[in-house]
Amino acid sequence: MADKSFFIDTTKCTACRGCQIACKQWNMNPATKTLQRGSHQNPEDLSYATFKLVRFSEFEENGKPVWYFFADQCRHCTTPPCKIVADSLNVKAIMQDEATGAVLYDPKVKVKEKDYKEIRGACPWDIPRWDEKTQGMAKCTMCIDRIKEGLLPACVKTCPTGAMNFGDREKILSMATQRLEQVKKHYPKAQLLNHDFLRTIFLVVDDPKKYHKFASVTPETILASLNEVLTPVG
Amino acid sequence: MTNHYIDFRNADVILNMGGNVAENHPVSFKWIQEAKNRGAIFIHVDPRFTRTSTKADIFARLRSGTDIAFLGGMIKYILDNNLYDEFYVKNYTNASFMVNPKYSFDDGLFSGYDPSKRSYDASTWALEKDENGIPKRDMTLQDERCVFQLLKKHYSRYTLEKVTAITGTPQSDLEKVYAAYAATHAPDKAGTVLYAMGWTQHTVGVQNIRAMSIIQSLLGNMGIAGGGVNALRGESNVQGSTDAALLFHILPGYLPAPREQWQTLEDYHKTTPATKDPRSVNWWKNRPKYLASLLKAFYGDKATKENDFGYSWLPKLDKTQDASWLNLFDEMYKGTFTGFFAWGMNPACSSANAGKVRQALAKLDWMVNVNVFDSETGSFWKGPDTDPKKIKTEVFQLPCAAFMEKEGSISNSGRWMQWRSKCAHPPGDAMPDGEIMYDLFKKVQALYKKEKGSLPDPILNLKWDYETDGKFDVHKVAKEINGYFLEDIPEHPVDKKEYKKGTLVPSFVYLLDDGRTSSGNWIYCASYTEAGNMAVRRKKDDPTGLGLYPQWSWSWPVNRRIIYNRASVDLEGKPRNPNRALLKWDAENKKWVGDIPDGPAPPMGTEGVYPFIMKPDGVASIFGPGLKDGPFPEHYEPLECPIEKNLMSNQRINPVIKIFEGGPDTFATCDPRYPFVCTTYRVTEHWQTGVLTRWLPWLLETEPQMFCEISQELAKLRGIENGEKVFVESPRGKVWAIAIVTPRLKPFVIAGQTVHLVGIPWHFGWLHSKDVGVNANRLTPTVGDPNTMIPESKAFMVNVTKASQEPAKKAGKA
Repeated sequence: MADKSFFIDTTKCTACRGCQIACKQWNMNPATKTLQRGSHQNPEDLSYATFKLVRFSEFEENGKPVWYFFADQCRHCTTPPCKIVADSLNVKAIMQDEATGAVLYDPKVKVKEKDYKEIRGACPWDIPRWDEKTQGMAKCTMCIDRIKEGLLPACVKTCPTGAMNFGDREKILSMATQRLEQVKKHYPKAQLLNHDFLRTIFLVVDDPKKYHKFASVTPETILASLNEVLTPVG
Repeated sequence: MTNHYIDFRNADVILNMGGNVAENHPVSFKWIQEAKNRGAIFIHVDPRFTRTSTKADIFARLRSGTDIAFLGGMIKYILDNNLYDEFYVKNYTNASFMVNPKYSFDDGLFSGYDPSKRSYDASTWALEKDENGIPKRDMTLQDERCVFQLLKKHYSRYTLEKVTAITGTPQSDLEKVYAAYAATHAPDKAGTVLYAMGWTQHTVGVQNIRAMSIIQSLLGNMGIAGGGVNALRGESNVQGSTDAALLFHILPGYLPAPREQWQTLEDYHKTTPATKDPRSVNWWKNRPKYLASLLKAFYGDKATKENDFGYSWLPKLDKTQDASWLNLFDEMYKGTFTGFFAWGMNPACSSANAGKVRQALAKLDWMVNVNVFDSETGSFWKGPDTDPKKIKTEVFQLPCAAFMEKEGSISNSGRWMQWRSKCAHPPGDAMPDGEIMYDLFKKVQALYKKEKGSLPDPILNLKWDYETDGKFDVHKVAKEINGYFLEDIPEHPVDKKEYKKGTLVPSFVYLLDDGRTSSGNWIYCASYTEAGNMAVRRKKDDPTGLGLYPQWSWSWPVNRRIIYNRASVDLEGKPRNPNRALLKWDAENKKWVGDIPDGPAPPMGTEGVYPFIMKPDGVASIFGPGLKDGPFPEHYEPLECPIEKNLMSNQRINPVIKIFEGGPDTFATCDPRYPFVCTTYRVTEHWQTGVLTRWLPWLLETEPQMFCEISQELAKLRGIENGEKVFVESPRGKVWAIAIVTPRLKPFVIAGQTVHLVGIPWHFGWLHSKDVGVNANRLTPTVGDPNTMIPESKAFMVNVTKASQEPAKKAGKA
């Protein structure tokens, strides 16, 4: 089994929530109680029970409405800062699958709240989540059980438009760069987000901050935070 | 649909109007994305900027209820700029036909209007025929009395200025849409239109569709790959349900339901469409064969030539009776009938003016509610503001199986009849609907046998033998729908071949009017044959490369995937677009290659048959005299509208709509108490009244409560913050909702006035879960299209006010 990656083409996403719900179904994650808060984004944020979340961002530009959809999930970093911090805290909840590169949390490992906060703080995309009752951490699993059987992750399988893609990293990188070239013709500001060191690669057509606060980081920031976490604690 | 979902990918331009395809048909967007991948242009025209709009190359906004103005402007643009397919218009439509000299149109009214009856005498709308009964034509399209010139005259009034004033769409946007779409008039360009309730749920609903059919006929887009007029249907099997005639006015296969004035079979057959033109196939002339075969399927051996095949046992409608939904519930409200089956639906939430329906349900003696979950209908007697002690209605709740818990077919919008297997057992006592119906009717028959009843013949004579080992057998039903030879036929009139008694009929071509064949639904004849159940097939072969997949399930009629496909070729049978060759005539072997042709006849040439074989005249109708409200679509305002005067004419509303008055039926137009236009719609995450989806936690999590989308401008006007509770009120009711303040809705400038639009989903109801809200249909009016009576749920007037007088906490951005 080879090194895997996701390519998420936001230009094809219609925010149908198929990925969000397929993930819930496959993982048998419970639904949480939500309220209508003045947005179609629900639940409000990722959580111990929500690994995949379609984020809605709307605003006006030049008198015209703009509505961006960002199907957020763990980036499965090639060098995951969450794991580095966890290891340094002797929290054995996080591992990385050698074959696929999937970053996996074991929800049965109890993690102290202050350790969880540090681990979460290390993630530039604000992905790690924790359950107060079980003290376990959880996030996107890359559907490791599915992909080991040759199936696609649930979110990818469900996506009707081709926004969600998954496969061997080489092929995915090639797909992403080709699509970027195509899209740039209409959207000169289009970019791939941190594709060099992530296994979940987003394509956006605008400033990533317009999609989501934690959509991307500049290479300098990630290097700086990596340097920080690589420094021994205490 | 005339075409089918996969075919969308063949289009050069896709217009989604009167619909919100990405949100409500999310999986179909796969094919639209494929078209876009190939360079197609996607246009979305809608009162709101929705998830669909984010994927559109061109988005244009229009006021709810002004689609005919918008499309009328497009017709004018096409004609003014000569952007029509001249060959197609001349040869395949009735553009050249001459119209009765008494036909006229003036100030919003067509000739023949009787204001006291609120109806038209349509005799002046007739097309002229010569002494041989053949339509008179002017093939130069110049005669001022020909359809083409009358069309030009009618839409000359739909200038850009007028259209902008009515729709609120900026002129530049109109021109952008018109130019992009009209480019598909070229023979090598295909334009498709995808629509849904945004077009149908108006008092001018049918005429909205007509307007687009005219455009597609002018552009030569009917009957080609990537073209057509494509209704995106709602329920997964609503296509199947209308095919099977779950509507009062038809019998299976779209035969007209019999009426009181057609007492005998002969009387009924007098209404069979006829033509004197030998070049018009007029396929409906075969109707007597289909009715005879249907009656044999209903009554078996009891149907004989002597008793008109049991025709007298069919219920007859009164002369002009309209028993459609709005009238049905009006009669229920008046107490005209006492028993009711709510079968797989939730009228207490889904009906226009739902409050009236809730009152009506209380007038019943009994009701049977068949559904997967309990609903506001099944539990109406314990709803809010209802005292069960005051309700006499006895309600029977029959739980039924969900779709994966039973076997059978579902016919999608593209007419593909896809067979489904049973993959799970229904829980507890839940049964498949077919089983419930079958067992119930067996009991009814037994009671009639014992107690006689007032008219036992239709009940006792009904053929009701669809079981195997005592259990309902859906395959037996499917075969009955296809039909059988009921006798040995040594030499069939059609192909001279021999057919044995008890074998399945290969297609409706073989159905006879003399009682020797049966067929429960002629359009499904060929779906289950001696070769097997065609609906089960799943082969991915695609010989034309156009996505027809002829061996993936089965489509009616006779597995034709794109109907009217004879219009895709020239007079010699050559595809007009060789790059998308849907059909071509193989002269050597004297047959058509490609899709199943609309009949095997050779190309039209100078003496052959016209392509639109289901129409009596054989051509597409640009002039359409068969509708109640006129042969050309005309803009009228919705019953409840924001402006006092229709800018198009002095007829403010559709002059032939039925006005329900009194009691719970109240309306308000240009009333300062209800100043905003309201439209209702759906989201991807819920289904219809939410009767299934509100019970599914993963779905309810994404859209948990009733909301009301309002513009930033309206929010400012009313001091409403995003996320705060508001009341939305109409003359018929008041509901609460959470405000979503968004730049995606904008006020319109209509005839110099600012007109605000608000939008609400109709997915919620008091029963489940607590605090999700009540249904939007508390607000909608009892008024419908004059041809179909579909309610005007897309444009009515409301007020929106803050629920609390305190300033709201900032709830954050949408």
